Amino acid sequence: MAGEGFNAPHLDYAGLAPVIALTVGLVVILMSGVFGPTKKWAPGLAVLTLGAAAGLLLWHWNDDLSLVAGALRVDNLAISISLIAIFSAFTTVLLSIRERAADEAGHGEYYALLIGSVLGMVLLAEADNLVTFFVALETLSIPLYILCATNLRREGSLESGLKYLIVGSLGSATLLYGMAFIYGGTGSTDFAGIAHGIEVKGMLHDPLILIGIALAAVGLAFKTSIAPFHQWTPDVYQGAPTPITSFMAVATKAAAFAVFIRFFVVALGPETGDWQMGLAILAAISIVVGNVGALGQDSLKRLLGYSGVAQAGYMLGGLVVASEKGISSLVFYLATYLFMNLAAFAVVVARERETPFGDDIRGVRGLGAERPALAWPLTISMLALAGLPATAGFIGKLYLIEALVEGNYLWLAIFIVGGTMISLAYYLRVVAAMWMRPETEVATPGLATAGAGPSGPGGSTPVIAGASPEADPVDPDAGRRWYLVGPAVLAAAITVFFGVIPQPLVDFATHAGASLF
Amino acid sequence: MINALLWAPLAFGVVGLFLPKKAVGWWATAGALATLAIGVIMAFGFETGASGLQDTVNTTWISGLGVDYSLGIDGLNLFLVLLTAVLWVGGIAFAAFREQERPQLFFFLMLAAETATLGSFLSQDLLLFVLFFDLMLVPFYFLFGAWGVDRSAEGGPTAPQATLKMMVYTLIGSLLMLVGAIATAIISAHGGHLTFSIEAIQHQGVPLGSQRWIFWFFAAAFLVKMPAFLVHGWMPDAYRAAPLPVLMVFSGVLAKVGAYGFLRVVLPLFPAATSQFQTVILLVALASILYGSVMAFTQTNIRLIAGYSSVAQLGFITAGIFALRADGSDGAILQMVNHGLVVAPLFIIVAILVERTGTEDLRSMGGMAMRAPVLAALFLIVALATLAMPGSANFIGEFYILNGLFQAKIVFACIAISGVAMSAYYALRLYQGTMHNRKPDGIASREISLRDGVVLAPLVLCILALALYPQLILHRADPSVQQSVSAVTGGESETPDTNLAVNK
Repeated sequence: MAGEGFNAPHLDYAGLAPVIALTVGLVVILMSGVFGPTKKWAPGLAVLTLGAAAGLLLWHWNDDLSLVAGALRVDNLAISISLIAIFSAFTTVLLSIRERAADEAGHGEYYALLIGSVLGMVLLAEADNLVTFFVALETLSIPLYILCATNLRREGSLESGLKYLIVGSLGSATLLYGMAFIYGGTGSTDFAGIAHGIEVKGMLHDPLILIGIALAAVGLAFKTSIAPFHQWTPDVYQGAPTPITSFMAVATKAAAFAVFIRFFVVALGPETGDWQMGLAILAAISIVVGNVGALGQDSLKRLLGYSGVAQAGYMLGGLVVASEKGISSLVFYLATYLFMNLAAFAVVVARERETPFGDDIRGVRGLGAERPALAWPLTISMLALAGLPATAGFIGKLYLIEALVEGNYLWLAIFIVGGTMISLAYYLRVVAAMWMRPETEVATPGLATAGAGPSGPGGSTPVIAGASPEADPVDPDAGRRWYLVGPAVLAAAITVFFGVIPQPLVDFATHAGASLF
Repeated sequence: MINALLWAPLAFGVVGLFLPKKAVGWWATAGALATLAIGVIMAFGFETGASGLQDTVNTTWISGLGVDYSLGIDGLNLFLVLLTAVLWVGGIAFAAFREQERPQLFFFLMLAAETATLGSFLSQDLLLFVLFFDLMLVPFYFLFGAWGVDRSAEGGPTAPQATLKMMVYTLIGSLLMLVGAIATAIISAHGGHLTFSIEAIQHQGVPLGSQRWIFWFFAAAFLVKMPAFLVHGWMPDAYRAAPLPVLMVFSGVLAKVGAYGFLRVVLPLFPAATSQFQTVILLVALASILYGSVMAFTQTNIRLIAGYSSVAQLGFITAGIFALRADGSDGAILQMVNHGLVVAPLFIIVAILVERTGTEDLRSMGGMAMRAPVLAALFLIVALATLAMPGSANFIGEFYILNGLFQAKIVFACIAISGVAMSAYYALRLYQGTMHNRKPDGIASREISLRDGVVLAPLVLCILALALYPQLILHRADPSVQQSVSAVTGGESETPDTNLAVNK
């Protein structure tokens, strides 16, 4: 070292371009706040940034680059997960238009933080070393802690942010502790080095490594909200501004799963036999807890939170078998999960703004007759989450179960099926509320409060005092706004499209899965 | 051609979503008629005596997962496809004559259901079959739930509750079937190329140990769908909730998909398990016959009388299939068509009676025949066919089934015969209770309207036509049935005398 002097790692700017684009976008959005109110153009800048990053990522499709002295790896797995996160962020930007939380933060911080979180996700998906892994995870999490609490006047939002901060820190600390064990055992922070260390130094089945694996798994389970480390999920989901909830539900889960996959398959690959059964049990618990927890939830956001716990359990099954097909099926499911959830959350946002019920299930009653353009996406989303055919959800389950049966985890496949049966009860409850209740009870709740002052273009609605302003309709026509209906219809259409013609998405997922094997 | 048959209803349904309220019913009827026309043309092109698939379509659907889009017609499904097309015309036309809420959606769902049902009959790929089998349920979920009858005033469940129960029951079966189907493909591939093609899997074979548990995954799905005794819990609530035009196709066709599944999937793919569990399934079938019959003559709700009679009839059909002889299965196929043709008009008549009397309770009905001779005559034909009067095709169907069963398991056959006697009792009880007896006050006996007659008469004509010429079905079904059954028996079963019915 001393003889060579300091050798800065070679920087491949082309490979880093997506990360750089996101960083530049973040800075620009923040700086633009200096020149005046950013409400008008911050969303535009955010979309531009995300578009640029997505384009640059696609440019590297089928590349396999190792960047910054092995700290980052750009391969199809990283790119596909990053694209899922970016698409989720893109719709979050649309859903945030006229969201009170986004306006309250004032000078574009909301969008800057969102981009910051995406930056963390892209880094996390590319992380190939313990240090980047941890730094990226924190880059992802810290903006989210703040974003959860951006709805300043609502107690629930502040509670949500605080809760997420505390639980998230606990998760990070556990993870860090686990990393320390693994580093201590293998003497390397690189994923490949860890694998090498385990194999060569005879650390196989060594308690030091096993403790490290267990702690790391727990830390990641916190982030992917896998039971029994999911308790924060429903509360935080319910309290956070709904666009942020949708972002957390999809993008955070995707990014955390990316590193879950890479860390366990690449770094801990030699120990596969040791962690498989542990993760399988976690998956089974998650399926049961999530599905049972979602029963009887009246808040749609809590319902989707619990359903997310269950779905994370299904997805973990793909990692359990640690095969190429397993990883591909996981990526496939993540992609379909993206579209299924976005459709649902977009509808929840619209109904929150136009009815006095907030995200309560009453808000969607009679939606089928009142707002078919919202009812269809939510219906498709619920049917897809329940895994019914002609939606991508069915193909996703098929893919996962095929991988599990091939990997000799038939019992876990049966757990998935059992969970799906329970899940029908609550998904169909939402569908029934939309199409099968007499509409007399809640004729058009939007009209009752329409006099409170329709929010004109650009004019922010005066904040109504009260602990829960989100329970007040702010925009009686929210169900017709393109930026809410558009994402919902688009996501639902994609869900059906990939349910009928799944081949393109299967190819996409197969490429992602193949990049690790 | 086969693609047109499968997708025509859905295409009509989608277009119908954009039509004005008044036109959509006729448009949907036209769509169902067009589907029927395609079906009839295909039936004319069907080559009698061939056992293999005809009119096949086979393209890769999802290459990475081994799923093909593969359809075909043979003796097993030809007449079930026609039955589907016929009953849907009846159901849709009957609904089109009446005012429906949100008609665009109603008819879209009806036509989508037809496509899904046809899909499950036509699929020759195991996974495609499972997919359509599950998909069938989705439109019916909406139709039952949103257009159904609320029974909460009578202390029963609301329509959404009843249909949720149905969904959970039937999906428990069919989701297990999904796992079973995937396991079948993976196990039979022996690490080689993964395929869900039923033919290929049959060729590769499934090891006996796996057959044993996979058999039950499939059997669970099919038995719930029928429904068979013990897993029929969803049936009473769902039947009481369903709107009658929908119930007519549901009861007429969907139950048959379960029985058909045994012939198409279980017998060829799991032959060893089939012969091993023959007795168990026969016991379930017998229990269905006895339980269904007893319930049918104790119930007072006329929908449930028809519903429980279906349980009994499906018990017969299952028993015929699990006689594991060609004549039993021939009879089962004939009986599937017969039962569909009988139960659908029965529900139309139920609907007509309910409109006239305002009740579904047999005890407060009666005397409806007084001024309605045509209705009474049509009902009488249907009722006599239900009780398998000699001369009806149902008699021939039951005869074949019992003939097969006698030669396979004589004890079971003796018990099953009691079901024939009981069917006479409940069919006549239903007929007398509604049409004869004293007419309660305040109810007017009216003749069947021309509109309903147009729907009902062709169905009754189908019953009569089949009664005269059951060979139409038996001849065409036999070669395929032989193939399915010989997969289990190893071809030991002697050729049954297909001229039996004619000589009689």
